[in-house]
Amino acid sequence: MKKHLLSAGDLTREDAIRVLDTAAELLGVAQRPIKKLPTLRGRTVVNLFFEDSTRTRISFEAAAKRLSADVINFSAKGSSVSKGESLKDTALTLQAMGADAVVIRHHFSGAPHRLAAAGWTNGAVVNAGDGTHEHPTQALLDAFTMRSHLMPGGGVGADLEGKNVTIVGDVLHSRVARSNALLLHTLGANVTLVAPPTLLPVGVDTWPVETSYDLDESLEKADAIMMLRVQRERMNASYFPTEREYSRRYGLDTTRMNRLPDHAIVLHPGPMNRGMEITADVADSGRSVIVEQVTNGVAVRMAVLYLLVGGATNEEEGS
Amino acid sequence: MSEQYLIRNARILGGEPTDIAIADGVITAIGADLDLNGAIEVDATGLVALPGLVDLHTHLREPGREDAETVLTGTQAAARGGFTCVHAMANTDPVADTAGVVEQVWRLGREAGFCDVQPIGAVTVGLGGTQLAELGAMADSAADVRVFSDDGKCVSDAVLMRRALEYVKAFDGVVAQHAQEPRLTEGAQMNEGLVSGELGLTGWPAAAEEAIVARDCVLAAHVGSRLHVCHLSTRGSVEIVRWAKSKGWDVTAEVTPHHLLLTDDLVRGYDPIYKVNPPLRTADDVEAVREGLADGTIDIVATDHAPHPMEDKECEWSAAAFGMIGLETALSVVQHTMVDTGLLTWAQVAERMSAAPAHISRVGGGHGRPIAVGEAAHVVLYDDQATRTITPADTASLSRNTPYAGRELPGRVVATFLRGVPTVLDGQLQEVRS
Repeated sequence: MKKHLLSAGDLTREDAIRVLDTAAELLGVAQRPIKKLPTLRGRTVVNLFFEDSTRTRISFEAAAKRLSADVINFSAKGSSVSKGESLKDTALTLQAMGADAVVIRHHFSGAPHRLAAAGWTNGAVVNAGDGTHEHPTQALLDAFTMRSHLMPGGGVGADLEGKNVTIVGDVLHSRVARSNALLLHTLGANVTLVAPPTLLPVGVDTWPVETSYDLDESLEKADAIMMLRVQRERMNASYFPTEREYSRRYGLDTTRMNRLPDHAIVLHPGPMNRGMEITADVADSGRSVIVEQVTNGVAVRMAVLYLLVGGATNEEEGS
Repeated sequence: MSEQYLIRNARILGGEPTDIAIADGVITAIGADLDLNGAIEVDATGLVALPGLVDLHTHLREPGREDAETVLTGTQAAARGGFTCVHAMANTDPVADTAGVVEQVWRLGREAGFCDVQPIGAVTVGLGGTQLAELGAMADSAADVRVFSDDGKCVSDAVLMRRALEYVKAFDGVVAQHAQEPRLTEGAQMNEGLVSGELGLTGWPAAAEEAIVARDCVLAAHVGSRLHVCHLSTRGSVEIVRWAKSKGWDVTAEVTPHHLLLTDDLVRGYDPIYKVNPPLRTADDVEAVREGLADGTIDIVATDHAPHPMEDKECEWSAAAFGMIGLETALSVVQHTMVDTGLLTWAQVAERMSAAPAHISRVGGGHGRPIAVGEAAHVVLYDDQATRTITPADTASLSRNTPYAGRELPGRVVATFLRGVPTVLDGQLQEVRS
């Protein structure tokens, strides 16, 4: 694996399977009475969050703590960042404190790349969501969840060869969609992005995916369907006429869910707008693996931190 | 009374070697084996002699952002790039929208003495896009302004643009438009295309430039005025300007050196050194602007030299400032992209980097004139056989935001003469008496 995890595209098929298999082993830890391994004892993981995201931060925090790492949560709000400190100075400060890994969430696309490439920190940089760019650990947990449901025997050692995954919603602004498109392609799945034309990026025709403007035609072949959160502020920017029209054309309700194959699962990266992109009936149905995604998220993030900063490889390299 | 110089064996416009005699700021003789008693000899064997370059689009940042550039440092950088005249853009603080500010900038240029500074006046008060600035007062001022631009912002209001185009006819002015439809580019960070889609950066579509270029060409034709299109960057814009010229309309256009060379692929590392407005476009656009510059659709090369302090580039892409410096690399980039590729001769380079920009701005002072007996001695000596690796610190500018760091580029300015006074000799800035 590369030193940093900035993009789902950084992972080879072998890297990705290694992360997923490691996560499968670590998932067991959560079922134990004592949910802790000594693997990252003495290592420092900094959660550097420039954007509010309680879900992702506590997931990374739980992951690091279950590996016995020291965790520093650095939230931009109420910190020196809100007083105008630059990313560079923040990074230099963390470097001086000896961060082994920096988990960064940022409202600007590419901020983790800057942190990793500009030489401001020696630690491994993990992208925990940057602007409208990528969210690679989300894609890993989604792939993990799909693999455990769709591949024989829980999928350990396997990829997602030949599985059809439909991702629906605001692809243009979605870091989840970008990372999933890259990772699922690497793992051999067939990805279909479904959205109104206004919410597909220019150049999507060159991505390794199919695209469709019609949700209904994409249902019957789907092994997994992922509904993306639609930000309500998009409505004021004329991406679609009204919430109701969006919901009618691109929302997943019971009628549509019933047209999915029997084995198909429903995913959502959260937080959901119930009644907008997904109805409550669907979200709470037996098809929904949304809560399981959260559980798997901790295991996948444990695996990423373990492989980037914990393994024997690092010590052998003396880093 | 300036000193006398005898330039030996210079290849004027890349032609056969000849001598050039300069006295009292004027070219007094051209020919083989000249004699000039008491003259300082400058050996120009192997060097190309070009008329002093004229930049129609320079950000000198003074007044207001003297941390990024001053008139002195900016004109020193210009001299090192072979320029004898630069046009200072109006987006200073305060904005150059009154006779007072343009006269201040003009006077600072005279005091610096490295390069003539011709101020550009704002079209609208405070670049606000709502009320015409006192264009006539700036034209009548000591700064003698003929070019008006809200550069950095587009005069997007069609009525206001029409009025500006009409109004400047009274003093043979020209409106230089920064063509950017504002609604289509809200929050825009880079060219809209394959790369922006992958990187998740808000796109700046070519259509936002082309829509304004097309509208302004039609408006200029309707009112019979002169339009200049700043830093044109897309294939579509080239085609629209070509069409407008085919109609006989009085439309001119410029391209920057960086749009002749760099593409939006460079954005992939999110290094804001490549963040610029208009954004770096695609390889197809680069090909189109080179063709346009070669066939004369694009009249001139202008640098859009845009200095920024380090901290405005050492940050996240979306937080960074737009712009790159370019005065000291412009001629090298033009050689690399246009001359070494066979698209332009040195005579055509002189047209596009000296004569045409001087004509568009109606600037006096003997700028844009050929190297000929009786003309003001604005001369550049350029070693087109040299190569150099660009290092950001090797600049007279206060800023370091060059996109060419580490790149090997051909050519080197050896000497620049402004009215017979060397501002640069042996590649080094000279003491200049202003």
